Amino acid sequence: MKSLYKILLITILVGAFTSCQKDSRPNYQYMPNMYEPVGYEAYGEYEVFPNEQEAMLPAEGTIARGMSAYDYKNTEDDYQAAKANLVSPLDSTQVDLERGKVLYDIYCGICHGNKGAGQGTLAKREKILGIPSYADAGRAITEGSIYHVIYYGRNSMGSYASQLSEEERWQVTAYVEKLKTDLEK
Amino acid sequence: MKKSYQSLEDNSDHTMKQVINRNLSSRFLLLGLIALLSFSSHTIFAQDGDPVAGKSLFNSQCAACHKLDKKMTGPALRNVEARLAEDEGLDRQWLYSWIRNSAGMIKAGDAYANKIYNEYNKTAMTAFPQLSDADIDNILAYTAQPKEEPKNTGLPPIDGGPKGETSSFSNKIILGALALLFALLAAGLFLVNKTLRRFADEKGIAVASDDREERTPIWKAFVQNQFLVLMSAIFLLLASAYFAYGWMMQVDVNQGYQPIQPIHFSHKIHAGDNKIDCKYCHSSARVSKHSGIPSLNICMNCHKSIAEYNGEVTPEYSKEFYDGEIQKLYKAAGWNDAEQQYSGTPSAVKWVRIHNLPDFAYFNHSQHVTVAGVECQTCHGPVEEMEIVYQHAPLTMGWCINCHRETNVDLKDNAYYTKIHEELSKKYGVNELTAAQMGGLECGKCHY
Ligand code: HEC
Ligand code: HEC
Ligand code: HEC
Ligand code: HEC
Ligand code: HEC
Ligand code: HEC
Ligand code: HEC
Repeated sequence: MKSLYKILLITILVGAFTSCQKDSRPNYQYMPNMYEPVGYEAYGEYEVFPNEQEAMLPAEGTIARGMSAYDYKNTEDDYQAAKANLVSPLDSTQVDLERGKVLYDIYCGICHGNKGAGQGTLAKREKILGIPSYADAGRAITEGSIYHVIYYGRNSMGSYASQLSEEERWQVTAYVEKLKTDLEK
Repeated sequence: MKKSYQSLEDNSDHTMKQVINRNLSSRFLLLGLIALLSFSSHTIFAQDGDPVAGKSLFNSQCAACHKLDKKMTGPALRNVEARLAEDEGLDRQWLYSWIRNSAGMIKAGDAYANKIYNEYNKTAMTAFPQLSDADIDNILAYTAQPKEEPKNTGLPPIDGGPKGETSSFSNKIILGALALLFALLAAGLFLVNKTLRRFADEKGIAVASDDREERTPIWKAFVQNQFLVLMSAIFLLLASAYFAYGWMMQVDVNQGYQPIQPIHFSHKIHAGDNKIDCKYCHSSARVSKHSGIPSLNICMNCHKSIAEYNGEVTPEYSKEFYDGEIQKLYKAAGWNDAEQQYSGTPSAVKWVRIHNLPDFAYFNHSQHVTVAGVECQTCHGPVEEMEIVYQHAPLTMGWCINCHRETNVDLKDNAYYTKIHEELSKKYGVNELTAAQMGGLECGKCHY
């Protein structure tokens, strides 16, 4: 009889220990006060912030280091103005098409296709439809309009300003121009 | 034949210019021309339009802004021709010129053109001068097709939401039933044993227990043998030391940690099936310490157009489940899908952090991703196959150090390294340098 009790006891103990090990909960720490930061960590949740979110938008009117203000507004009129007047600050020695291609393939190729003909993976899989080719005559995109569209987005295309820095946006713009001339050949 | 094509094309060219100039007399001329042309077999075919060709045109040209049954950037286009004819008395000619150059019509003061333009907050529709009359006929034929009823596949509808929960729930029931069964069996055995003994007692049969007394019980024999006791004590100590060590070493190692996220976001669907680059979402991995979790505006770049899930489903996760998860995203972003605008109050999605080094260790993504060119999968495992992300690597110091010992630094085309490389390769007498030889083992590089 005793052995029966022992076996029961052991199964209960083993059960109790293994059930503590759960994948949906982090493990124990030796000394939490050495592990947990005192300062605010990126993406942390702290009471001092609005919504308790450390991640916030930049204060209005501020400009990040290395960037400059963009004077065109997100309106149709300013789109036309940018299309007509805005030119790239990069000269021919600063344009780096290789980097432009890398960035383009990450951020734009998924919809526009790596050749710019509107045949990206998402278009081929019919997840997002109606992605134009850069060579569309009706759109007649220019350097300025490409930059404006990356900055604000247009209709169903969103803005890519949060993923690309100012200089990177101009590199991508230069690469899109190249794709456009290749397509028009 | 050839000739009639020719005239059709010329003609379309004409229409465009005419609309811009609003030249009435030539417009009459044109109407006459079209009336004439419509007698030729060619145009009759074109008038009817080919919905299949129309569909591909619609998907490539118009679908960015129009859906058939739902408002998007522009109005829903199902039966647009019939609708405009009935409500506004506009004919196909109006549509031709609208589609080729809507801005021109608005400027020229066409009443309905201005009305709809203002209704859509002065969003400009792209001009399509390249579309011929036949192309537009095809598109209109496609929009005139009746709506497809959702196909009934005959399968019973799969229950959506708490699928995962039910399965784990039923698992628990099965386990509970098994445990109960075992308990009953044990109780049964116990009872049988007891009654048998009682029978034996009553019948006066001595159960063979007396002669046991004579033999020394096994544990006594064991205690008396000192050598055996010593050996097993050592064995027990070693074994428990082994287990204690193992247990202590895994404290704070979170390999396999897989929390439940507020939105069921599947990397398998995004990075695997749809091949979205990791850096599209984790864009700061290129340039900073953190890889970053994408903010909701990045999700909405795609999900403005993707309101429901149409990919593969598994028994565990149904389409309804995935659609519900996308609705959660809309709710958090404050996006109203029916109105196609942001109208709700946005709220934060509180993703649960998985990978987390202790405060006293420093790890930088851009050093590894951009400079060293290490693939994300080397450290994070096959993320593109994970329905729910889990921690693949142990993230212990030994793990970092091992890799620094084994991985060569990519010195090619990196001006920063040219001089260091020359000096260090002289020092170590090797051509390739590992990260460890570059100083990747110095405590201060990771602890400060
Ligand atoms: C989620 C899919 C998607 C991604 C990713 C995307 N686009 Fe677009 N893009 C679109 C759609 C849809 C349109 C059509 C917008 C419209 O209706 O006018 C468009 C239109 C454009 C246009 C033409 C706009 C005009 O002036 O008419 C340009 C230029 C453009 N995209 C550039 C880019 C660049 C550069 C990137 C990468 C930074 C990019 N796109 C990434 C979907 C996308
Ligand atoms: C850049 C986005 C865009 C694209 C691409 C686009 N449209 Fe439009 N369309 C609109 C908008 C916006 C309106 C509403 C009027 C306005 O604001 O100009 C509209 C209005 C219309 C109307 C009038 C509908 C009504 O109910 O009065 C028709 C017809 C139409 N579009 C057809 C087309 C066709 C056909 C195509 C493809 C060849 C197309 N559109 C491509 C944005 C677009
Ligand atoms: C469409 C956007 C998107 C893409 C593409 C994407 N991710 Fe993620 N990733 C997320 C989001 C959102 C989270 C947070 C939710 C979660 O953990 O599931 C996340 C979480 C993670 C985490 C866990 C972060 C933590 O808390 O420790 C890792 C690791 C990760 N992603 C790696 C990758 C890799 C590797 C790829 C490319 C194969 C990739 N991701 C592609 C959006 C994306
Ligand atoms: C580059 C485009 C893109 C981006 C960015 C994107 N998604 Fe998706 N998402 C998709 C596609 C494509 C599907 C699959 C749709 C289908 O198969 O019909 C999908 C499906 C989903 C689903 C349903 C399947 C699942 O994973 O549970 C959810 C929920 C979802 N996305 C949430 C998000 C969230 C949250 C973000 C932001 C972190 C995000 N998506 C960013 C393209 C994107
Ligand atoms: C050399 C190994 C390594 C590589 C390569 C790597 N990661 Fe990480 N990743 C880590 C470690 C370690 C952490 C934990 C960092 C911390 O807690 O400070 C982490 C954390 C993360 C997180 C959580 C949020 C954060 O930034 O702390 C995400 C998301 C992530 N990685 C995505 C990626 C993506 C996407 C790539 C590829 C572009 C990538 N990682 C490449 C080791 C790596
Ligand atoms: C997949 C292999 C791999 C793993 C895993 C890895 N590293 Fe590295 N690490 C490298 C390589 C390669 C370099 C050299 C990069 C270069 O070219 O400068 C490096 C460089 C570094 C440097 C800069 C060293 C210097 O000399 O300036 C630090 C700091 C660092 N790693 C920290 C870590 C930490 C902390 C971890 C563990 C959380 C880790 N690494 C895990 C491959 C790895
Ligand atoms: C490549 C980066 C790297 C280098 C170099 C490195 N460490 Fe660490 N060390 C780590 C990481 C990452 C952890 C956190 C491990 C964990 O959380 O399990 C750590 C943890 C520790 C710990 C705490 C033990 C623990 O597991 O919590 C000590 C002590 C330590 N390191 C000492 C050193 C000393 C001494 C050196 C120099 C000889 C050194 N480290 C060099 C990355 C490094």
